[in-house]
This record gives sequence, structure tokens and C-alpha cells, in this order.
Amino acid sequence: MKKDTIWVIAAGAVVGILAVVLTKLGNPANMGFCIACFERDIAGALGFFNWNIPAAVQYIRPEILGIVFGGFLTAVATREFKPRAGSMPVVRFMLGVFMMIGALAFLGCPLRMVIRLGGGDLNAVVALVGFIAGIGIGVVFLRQGFNLGRTQKTGFWDGFVLPGFMVVLLLLLLFQVKFTETGPLFFSAKGHPGVDGSAVGIYAGIAISLAAGLLVGWVAQRSRMCCAGAFRDLFIMRSGHLMIAVATVFVVILVLNIILGNFHMSFADQPVAHTGYIGNFLGMALVGICAVLLGGCPLRQLILAGNGNADSAITVFGMLAGAGFAHNLGLASLVNTNAWGFAAVILGLAVAIVVAFVNRK
Amino acid sequence: MIEVDARGLSCPIPVIRVREAIEKHPGEEIRVIIDTMVTVENVTRMAENKGMQAAAPVEQDDEFVLDLKPA
Repeated sequence: MKKDTIWVIAAGAVVGILAVVLTKLGNPANMGFCIACFERDIAGALGFFNWNIPAAVQYIRPEILGIVFGGFLTAVATREFKPRAGSMPVVRFMLGVFMMIGALAFLGCPLRMVIRLGGGDLNAVVALVGFIAGIGIGVVFLRQGFNLGRTQKTGFWDGFVLPGFMVVLLLLLLFQVKFTETGPLFFSAKGHPGVDGSAVGIYAGIAISLAAGLLVGWVAQRSRMCCAGAFRDLFIMRSGHLMIAVATVFVVILVLNIILGNFHMSFADQPVAHTGYIGNFLGMALVGICAVLLGGCPLRQLILAGNGNADSAITVFGMLAGAGFAHNLGLASLVNTNAWGFAAVILGLAVAIVVAFVNRK
Repeated sequence: MIEVDARGLSCPIPVIRVREAIEKHPGEEIRVIIDTMVTVENVTRMAENKGMQAAAPVEQDDEFVLDLKPA
């Protein structure tokens, strides 16, 4: 077996096993690893949004910090750390905002979609169809020469901005900093119910979460794992290479969930989920098209940022801002009654298509 | 020799450009200038699937030169 094939299988297995382990240790069910949810929690901890329900979905998730550190350290060790920037950063920021709005409409990034599939959540099947549709639209524009321009070599320290930001977040977390008496930082109480009635404010221990993040950062960097790239490459190149990682995550989680008795196939009553099928479809369609235009899914953006790509760092900051928009404006968790949420997702789809259309070369 | 400058382009645009070059110029050697190892791997994988032979990438000034020959 080729070395790069072993890496994608290893990456999928590590992510799958750790997602189930983290859930066992206290992370939300059918979540374990969700890049969008965890970035949203960081935005919440920093006070980018305030809910009427206090202390829900607010926590500096060590998993995210670990992934960036893991990607960064691996890149340094393999001499792949290269500061690069300049491929339409503001457009990338905006696409990051919409990618987060889409993910929170569904309640999960593409990785969590796969994790939810492995738990029997049929809403994730609807989301998967939307995700594939979004990627398909992006691929049409890629075939017509879409690109956001070339990155350039940039100042050496430019590549350290996101890893540095993550170091600051780690210090804030370790010292449980309170900027004012009532916060921020905000931290979810363990077991606190979220807006949809599920326990979203729960988390595994800091050290374990950080270690899990580091491991995922390492294998994701080495394997180039990307949930959007998996489908995109299948469409464009008939290459199933990246799909092996995604399929491995699914199989590992499915098997572990069946063994542990956590597999429940249904639409209703799934953990941290809703049954609004239009929202699930459109939300992930928006994530799909944004991820193709950005050159990678939310997980891949973290790894690329750790490798010195400042454009991906901007995308991650866009996602943090997107979480602020989504929760302040009540756009998250798109059930069929949420008119503004639908408007935001439709706007996102329209903007993404315009961006794709005007940047064909 | 056909040259494709894939520096600074996001995934998977370098692969698409090199594939277009292979299809447009069958039987010709192609030189690809690349700035990340990920792109070297992706282009190599695609080119080999297309029946090309990829030489070992040559690194110079923080960039890679990848030569592809018809097998």
C-alpha cells in the first residue's frame, strides 16, 4: 500500500476514534469533533455573541487550538511551514463568515456531518445531499477556470498570526481570565442546556482535548485530509484518495457507535440537531460551495493556517465572525420557521455564486 | 517543453491546469513550477494516473520544479 494511502486511512481512523472517545469523556453526543461548533464556542467564550440563555455554547475549545498547533508543529518538522498570503483575503473572510452561517444552519461542519451519519442521524443524510450539491456548483466554476488569484510569499511572521492567536487563547483558558466581573471570557457550565434543549455546553478535560487536537492536527496535516476535497476530487479527477479518509471516519464511528449502543437511526430526537430538512440541505450546500471556493473545508483551513497560510487564517477569523453573526442575529439551527436564517443562507449562496462567477479566468 | 506555473494557486487549481496541459499537448514533456509540497503530491498523483512519469521534484529557492514525461 502506498504511503499516502496509509496516511489517509490513519487520519480517518484517528479522527473517528477520537471523536467517539471525546464524546465518552464529556463532549456533546454525535459531535466529538466539530470544527464549526467548536470555533463558535470560542467566539462565544470571547463574547462575540451573547445569548439570553447564559453560558451556553461558550468555551475555548482546546481541540481547535490543538489542531492548529498540531498542523503548525508538523509543518515546521517537515519543512512545509511557508508564510503565504494575498489571494483575495477579504473575499475569503466573507466566505468564511457564510461558511459558518451555513454550518450553524445545519449545526455542524462537514466533519460533524460524517460523525452524525455514523450515529444514525438521518438529518445528516439530507445535509450530505446539500453538501454534494454545493460542491457540484463549486466544481462547475472550477472547471470554468475559477480562482481567487495567487498567494505570494509574505513576511515570515505573517504565518504565525493564527498559531499565535491560539497561544493567547490557550493562556486565557488556562488562567480562566475574566475581563470584567460578568465576563467575558464566558464558559459554559457543564451540562447546561443549549437553545435547542440539548446539552451543548459540555466538554472533555482540557489536557485530553488539547492532546486529541494535536493528534488530529498531525494526521490531518500529513494526510491532507479534507471533507470538501474528498467529494470535489471525486467529481473533478475521479480520484477517491481523500474520500478514503472521510469513509474511514464514517466506518470507524459507525462501528464504535454500534458496539457502544450509541447508534440510533432516526430524524427526530437526535443530539444537537434539528429536523428542518430545507435548512439542513441549504446550510450544507452553502458550506459545500464556500469550501470549494476557499480550497478546503473548515478542518483544512485550520491546518493550512497552521502551515503559514495567512489567507486561511483570515478564513478562520471570518468563521469566528460568522458565529457572531449567526447567534446575534438568530440565524443558527435552521428549523422551518426561521425566516432570517433562511434569508442569510440564501444570501450566502447568492454571494458565493457571484464570487465564483466573476472570478472565472 | 510546456511549462505550467502553479505557484500560489489554491487546491485543486494546479491539478486542473496541469491536467489541461497534458490533454492539450499529448506526448509532450511538461514542467510544473510549484510552491508547496501538497501541490507536488497532488500533481504527481494525477499525472501518474494520466500515464505520465514524474521525476523527483527539484527544490530551489523555496520552490519545486516537477518534470512530467509521457510514460
